[in-house]
Amino acid sequence: MALDSKVPEGPIQDKWTNYKNKINLVNPANKRHIDIIVVGTGLAGGSASATLAELGYNVKAFAYQDSPRRAHSIAAQGGINAAKNYQGDGDSTYRLFYDTVKGGDYRSREANVYRLAEVSSNIIDQCVAQGVPFARDYGGLLDNRSFGGVLVSRTFYAKGQTGQQLLLGAYSAMNRQIARGKIEMYNRHEMLDVVIVDGKARGIIARNLVTGEIERHSAHAVVIASGGYGNVYFLSTNAMGSNVTAAWKIHKKGAYFANPCYTQIHPTCIPRSGDYQSKLTLMSESLRNDGRIWVPKHLDDVKAIREGRKKPTELSEDERDYYLERRYPAFGNLVPRDVASRAAKERCDAGYGVNATGEAVYLDFASAIERYGKEQVKIHNISNPSKEKITALGEKIIEAKYGNLFQMYEKIVDENPYKTPMMIYPATHYTMGGVWVDYNLMTTIPGCYCIGEANFSDHGANRLGASALMQGLADGYFVLPYTIGDYLAQDIRTGKIPTNSPEFEEAEKTVKTRIDYFVNNKGSKSVDYFHKRLGKVMWDKVGMSRNEKGLKEAMAEIKQIREEFWKDVKVPGNADEMNPELEKAGRVADFLELGELFAKDALMREESCGGHFREESVEDSGEQQGEAKRNDKDFAFVAAWEYKGEPADAVLHKEQLEFKDIELKQRSYK
Amino acid sequence: MNLTLKIWRQKDASSKGQMVDYNVTDISEHMSFLEMMDVLNEQLIDVGEEPVVFDHDCREGICGMCSMYINGQAHGPDRAITTCQLHMRTFKDGDTITIEPFRAAAFPVIKDLVVDRSAFERIQQAGGYISVNTSGNTQDANAIPISKYAADEAMDAATCIGCGACVATCKNSSAMLFVGAKVSQYALLPQGQIEAADRVRNMVEQMDLEGFGNCTNTGACEVECPKGISLDNIARMNRELIKASV
Repeated sequence: MALDSKVPEGPIQDKWTNYKNKINLVNPANKRHIDIIVVGTGLAGGSASATLAELGYNVKAFAYQDSPRRAHSIAAQGGINAAKNYQGDGDSTYRLFYDTVKGGDYRSREANVYRLAEVSSNIIDQCVAQGVPFARDYGGLLDNRSFGGVLVSRTFYAKGQTGQQLLLGAYSAMNRQIARGKIEMYNRHEMLDVVIVDGKARGIIARNLVTGEIERHSAHAVVIASGGYGNVYFLSTNAMGSNVTAAWKIHKKGAYFANPCYTQIHPTCIPRSGDYQSKLTLMSESLRNDGRIWVPKHLDDVKAIREGRKKPTELSEDERDYYLERRYPAFGNLVPRDVASRAAKERCDAGYGVNATGEAVYLDFASAIERYGKEQVKIHNISNPSKEKITALGEKIIEAKYGNLFQMYEKIVDENPYKTPMMIYPATHYTMGGVWVDYNLMTTIPGCYCIGEANFSDHGANRLGASALMQGLADGYFVLPYTIGDYLAQDIRTGKIPTNSPEFEEAEKTVKTRIDYFVNNKGSKSVDYFHKRLGKVMWDKVGMSRNEKGLKEAMAEIKQIREEFWKDVKVPGNADEMNPELEKAGRVADFLELGELFAKDALMREESCGGHFREESVEDSGEQQGEAKRNDKDFAFVAAWEYKGEPADAVLHKEQLEFKDIELKQRSYK
Repeated sequence: MNLTLKIWRQKDASSKGQMVDYNVTDISEHMSFLEMMDVLNEQLIDVGEEPVVFDHDCREGICGMCSMYINGQAHGPDRAITTCQLHMRTFKDGDTITIEPFRAAAFPVIKDLVVDRSAFERIQQAGGYISVNTSGNTQDANAIPISKYAADEAMDAATCIGCGACVATCKNSSAMLFVGAKVSQYALLPQGQIEAADRVRNMVEQMDLEGFGNCTNTGACEVECPKGISLDNIARMNRELIKASV
């Protein structure tokens, strides 16, 4: 099947408006007869469920947690971008569009990104109307901060809990519709397959995670909003339950999976401490606004610090290497995430890591504390302030800005980051790749949509900070509610979809067979044993930098782990009860397939772009020496993979990317 | 360190539960409490026993899913954290640790340490929202200035993660800190004024229907709250309720 992105004609700034003016609409009386299933209740799924229900559709929403409010969007800290230009610093829809395409290393679809930038302002208006308590300045207007990869302040925030507040906003909108009966909420339910009738997505098979019951749910359209697949690495900043299963199930039924190798490794995470580690903790990149990243200049200082003979605070300015400021004078500590992460890896690989594992760099707030302290001294007219007074005043400002992050760090590491620099190291955070969708956010299965992190669309090969929340809410509040109507207009006379068809029968049987297999397998190794092995292969060979040899090995090793998993996995307990090990088994089985496709995609893409760094593709001379080398001539396409059984047999379909409104350039942050 | 764990095991909502003893060895002080539970579960799976079921997800203190009652305290002995943020350095070698589910009539046990907190959902559905439809045409976000103090105070109330520690720790199993926080967030913002009276009446009514007890100003909820939600929110809810009734 040839990929048709269905991008509307016309100049980029008019596409979305013209599109909305011409699409088919469903009249309010008919919406009552149309059912929509939404899988996942994070920012994308939550906002979509609420909006579709407000419009009058009957929504069935599914979450594996005990409440929609617990979806992992809740953990996003730093903020949400919008081209409001409240700061008057030259921001505009075009500039947000440009920054996002450039930040994504020219691997996203222009029209989608422009639309995202266009609706970004509406998101802030909507959230304020819902009672989201964004940070404000003393005049009562909204405050902004700046994030990596951009030169304006366009990020709105609610302390370090922006994702929480935005999700609670969407959740409150959902609650209003649940109370009205327009959303039927299925908490503690997991989608285990999609049901396709006459070529269209018409329902799902879900497992009730409390009783173990397998349920059939029908609808006229199915929306997948199940988030990203970062947990393929075992250790990531995702929630423990975050998984690829919903996305992978639709992939196996015909939805192409795009750019799986585009993964974001976030630079400011707390380093790992031991083998028992279950997850990694991210600290908002907003910390890079005020924190300066460094490692010691001299290896003997590194050694002394690791052995506890020296403290980082004892090193003079001359003995420190602020390597981001050195390498990227224009953007300094605010280079995009992929650049910051690779630079940290480069220093640590060279032996300059500052903790026992050798995988940590410093994030230092001392200069910011001093700068803010001096500013406060002026504001409060304090004459002859002592150094301690300045520090105390500065720490107060830092506390107001990042207090919860500092507290979180202290709880985990047991060190006071006001007094000694934080230690950070990159960790898997976000997946730009995902299910391929067209301009309508529809997958290659008619009637099956994919929104939020689960799709591939807007961030290209690298996502800018504070853009995930923007995309999730844009898709759910402002894009899908239009595009899905255009499709559903043909379904006004269809009537309820029956769940007793052979297609439902068959899908349910497949799901039950697999569950029975797991509980009866009686192998010798736990699910986590296999998941950890997969994670290690992924991190070592498909992690921050990749090469042909490693990727080929990874494909073979993952296949091997997958075979062992099916033979030897041990799932205690039964199918007809709450059984977290059984849930994990199903998810890890899917990760074991995705992981191989991931490596295959990385192997195919013989260029470095965004979060995907191929060691064979670097600049060999000039100012950019050693930096990632993109190859626009051969790789300016979206890689959409069609399922053919074994992941290794997946068939590649290319969507050529056209750049009409932005000139392709090397992404320089020098 | 080596520890003895006394853990509540209960097959399902209708079965009777009991405390069961387990031993874990070689626990690192850098582990989180839940990582220690992971170690126990791997051990149980190894010997063919059923692992202990507990709620958890984000493991960074924000999703509100984890919910254990550890040594008689919701989320354990440390302050201003959830169970997933509790670290083993809080304990010492040879300790016996008692681990129970959150207990309240309105939070029935589902299995082992997992409880049903859907009562919170129904309270929110009764009025924990502002009735504004999604459109591209709400007024500009800066059209109504809001004082920084009100915005910050609303944020402090909105920071509630809905974990239920306040209920679990209250001798009356009262949910007033939870409801007070939600009512306060909206009461402090101009957007919340239009529906303020109905909101507080409906949410309090639902809270009572769910079987939560009343507040007797003990303040244990504020102490155990992982997000430091202040008792002031309960006072504000009561004021709002009185305002709504006159």
